[in-house]
Amino acid sequence: MGQTITEKIFAAHLRDTPSPGNMVLDIDVIMCHEITTPIAIMDLVEKGMDRVCDPNRIKAVIDHVTPPKDAKTAMQAKIMREWARRHNIKDFFDIGRNGVCHALFPEKGFIRPGNTVIMGDSHTCTHGAFGAFAAGVGTTDLEVGILKGVCAFRTPRSLKVEVSGTMPKGVYAKDIILNIIKQLTVNGGTDKVIEFTGPVVEQMDMASRMTLCNMAVEAGATSGVCMPDLVTAQYLWPFIKDEYDSPESAAKDYRRWHSDPDAVYERVLELDVSRLEPQVTYGYKPDNVKDIGEMAGTPVDQVYIGSCTNGRIEDLRVAAAMTSGKKIADSVRAILVPATPAVYSQALDEGLIKIFMDSGYCVLNPTCGACLGMSSGVLADGDVCASTTNRNFSGRMGKGGMVHLMSPASAAAAAITGVITDPRSYLP
Amino acid sequence: MKEFGGPAAFIDRSDINTDEIIPARYLTEISKAALKPHLLEDLHLEGGFDPQSEEIQNARVLVTRSNFGCGSSREHAVWVLEVNGINVVIAESFARIFRQNMFNCGILAVELAKHDLDRLFKLQGKVHVAVDLDAEQLIASSDNGSSLTCPFSLNPFDKQLIAAGGWLAYADAKY
Ligand code: SF4
Repeated sequence: MGQTITEKIFAAHLRDTPSPGNMVLDIDVIMCHEITTPIAIMDLVEKGMDRVCDPNRIKAVIDHVTPPKDAKTAMQAKIMREWARRHNIKDFFDIGRNGVCHALFPEKGFIRPGNTVIMGDSHTCTHGAFGAFAAGVGTTDLEVGILKGVCAFRTPRSLKVEVSGTMPKGVYAKDIILNIIKQLTVNGGTDKVIEFTGPVVEQMDMASRMTLCNMAVEAGATSGVCMPDLVTAQYLWPFIKDEYDSPESAAKDYRRWHSDPDAVYERVLELDVSRLEPQVTYGYKPDNVKDIGEMAGTPVDQVYIGSCTNGRIEDLRVAAAMTSGKKIADSVRAILVPATPAVYSQALDEGLIKIFMDSGYCVLNPTCGACLGMSSGVLADGDVCASTTNRNFSGRMGKGGMVHLMSPASAAAAAITGVITDPRSYLP
Repeated sequence: MKEFGGPAAFIDRSDINTDEIIPARYLTEISKAALKPHLLEDLHLEGGFDPQSEEIQNARVLVTRSNFGCGSSREHAVWVLEVNGINVVIAESFARIFRQNMFNCGILAVELAKHDLDRLFKLQGKVHVAVDLDAEQLIASSDNGSSLTCPFSLNPFDKQLIAAGGWLAYADAKY
């Protein structure tokens, strides 16, 4: 019987089978941020277990609230900083070099096909875009990961989504994943890995694949994954050029991770995107998804472009092309948050930041900020936000606020008009 | 082994997410105890919800619907239950990370078949739940005299985690 990519990665990392159906895996990359890690560190210190399995496998960043907004967040950062120093964790990213974890770590080449990755963050599934098994975990799992380099999972079942057709103008990876979540519902993926395949995914760049995998958890999935190929190898090339002769040879080697043709899936979902409309969420669950036309005209108070879902340079380019030469609506506050310093710097070089600023955007430093309602653009009670983030839970961006999730193109259109708008009318 | 059970509180809604169990604004805390006053602070139910109600404050067991604990991976959502004395959550299903966090902390996430859960929700009066881990069943009794017994199954590994007092103790001893 054939194996899925996830089964292959599990088999290659299996440390123990404590009971049938439960597997303890060796973890290649343990990622940490300052919201869930300090409490793990404090607990380990208190228990006299302040050790790390291997400082090279640990990657750490201060990204959620940075620079700190108050004494408490400053203390969280300080605990991380001192811990990283104490344990000689070289891949630690502090103010000036820090960015949103799921955008920053891929940029640094930390994730490779076939890797196992954990982080105390539910959107860790983003890294599945590289053909890795990447899962969000809680603090205790993170503690054990830091200490022992292992993590336990139930044997994964897989669900395949085959995306075919021609991407219509104005439709992006974000619209595809919102539509998939609508079909799967918020728990349709529970205890499963979603494999994104098909010609449309094969043609996608890494940024789009990350957008897809990023939201797998919104369907309840353990992770999302894409087959590693030449696109993956080209993205990783600066980091792997000592290991392979060419990106082509790397891509050929990565084929060993690909799911076998006779692998078994719990469910196969086929999506032809040719007729897909831009999508938008309503209400407080990420599977509350409609075609944007059905929501058009809904007033918004704030527009937020950023996050681990859609804060990459590709996203900024789309939004900037639509914004160029236009002013944002008087009734709107627009906030742009490039996801990493490299994205910010590239956007400056390309003149995108000026386009946004001339149009009336506030441009922030890379951070999670308002995505989780902790800083930098928190909503007031009754505020409505058009957002490129991944969660529309009640209170997510501020108590009493309403979040409509959408693509960067749709968010940029909303900034111009002040209401939810079909982006196709504004595309250059 | 630790005893599981006690007075139950009922929350009749599916897809309760961890932002509702403990909002992000409290994630700057670095001690579990500091979370205590904020249990279910942002939960909205049609017909209203009061996290300060006697039923919630006295609860040792939470009974809810499906996909409990979805969303953010924050273990704070388990700790806020723990520091409020809740040691069992009963639901039709859980989000994976939340369920794992429960067992990792050595406390119990019990999945019940939908018809059993429906029967549990129909019990009137004040309900007390006793969990028999060995027999893998729970007995819910109401102060009006009615009671019912529901079987559940526990993954052997999750049982080992409970016996060890959580994943950290288990992993430290074994790996
Ligand atoms: S950008 Fe938002 S979803 Fe992504 S890691 Fe930060 S808080 Fe989480």
